[in-house]
Amino acid sequence: MTHLAYVLLSYGICAATIAIMIAWVLLDQRARLAELAELEARGVKRRSDPGSQAGSADV
Amino acid sequence: MMITNAANFLTGLANPTRFLSVAAKILPWMSAITLVLFAVGLYLSIQAPEDYQQGMTVRIMFIHVPSAWLAMLCYSVMAAAAIGTLVWRHPLADVAAQAAAPLGAAFTFLALLTGSLWGKPMWGTWWVWDARLTSVFVLFLMYLGLIALNRAMDDPTRSARVSAILILVGYVNIPIIKFSVDWWNTLHQPASVMRLDGPTIHPSMLYPLLVMALAFSMLFFTLHIMAMRNEIWRRRVATLRRQAARSVSG
Repeated sequence: MTHLAYVLLSYGICAATIAIMIAWVLLDQRARLAELAELEARGVKRRSDPGSQAGSADV
Repeated sequence: MMITNAANFLTGLANPTRFLSVAAKILPWMSAITLVLFAVGLYLSIQAPEDYQQGMTVRIMFIHVPSAWLAMLCYSVMAAAAIGTLVWRHPLADVAAQAAAPLGAAFTFLALLTGSLWGKPMWGTWWVWDARLTSVFVLFLMYLGLIALNRAMDDPTRSARVSAILILVGYVNIPIIKFSVDWWNTLHQPASVMRLDGPTIHPSMLYPLLVMALAFSMLFFTLHIMAMRNEIWRRRVATLRRQAARSVSG
């Protein structure tokens, strides 16, 4: 392999890894928001939400 | 006054709902800054002159070195979060540690792989078991172990303390990575940027390296906040499902 090939391969793998990290975070975000929306549609709400009876320190 | 304001801001962030609100405001700005830094960093990297010994492979350094720094910075963030979990039981500390682990693993993977791709043309080998390379490989295994531990336990509050203790015990590896090139005779070259007597790299190569390091750092902090937000939502979903199950059975 030429030196240029090593450089291009390094930058290519770096770009792919960063793209995978971004995709992982965004797909995870979409899945979590979909789950929360589904629970909300079923009427399940956090105790600390306005209109609920008690406050909560739940994360 | 400034310290009090900063303390109040941090205390406010301890509330996950407040954290989500602040994250929503700052993430677009952080993403934009990251993009600009990468654009400038890549431009400077392409414009940088070839090294008299390494030739054009010196350009691998502009991604290898920031990846290696981030691998250690990420673990340091996790160690600070582990202290937050054990000492102050900060509600977001464990969330921060869990969210950082996969990102740290990715940066460590990048450091190992780009180092290997630089090593083959420069050293004539893909890999040697010298102290620097081995200690970074151990860091990669530690990240994988922590991710596996977090995934293995259903209740994140139970795994938080175990995970925090393991993170702090594993932190001993960070100074070993940093000083391995001074303590032992390694094929890996000694530090050339973070030195008491100043960097030994020519500015034409130092500036692209520093801008790329800033870009990698901003990328990490942006993705970390996004991953923390996801982890908060994941825990809220779990809490709501338990709550719903209790109301059905009760």
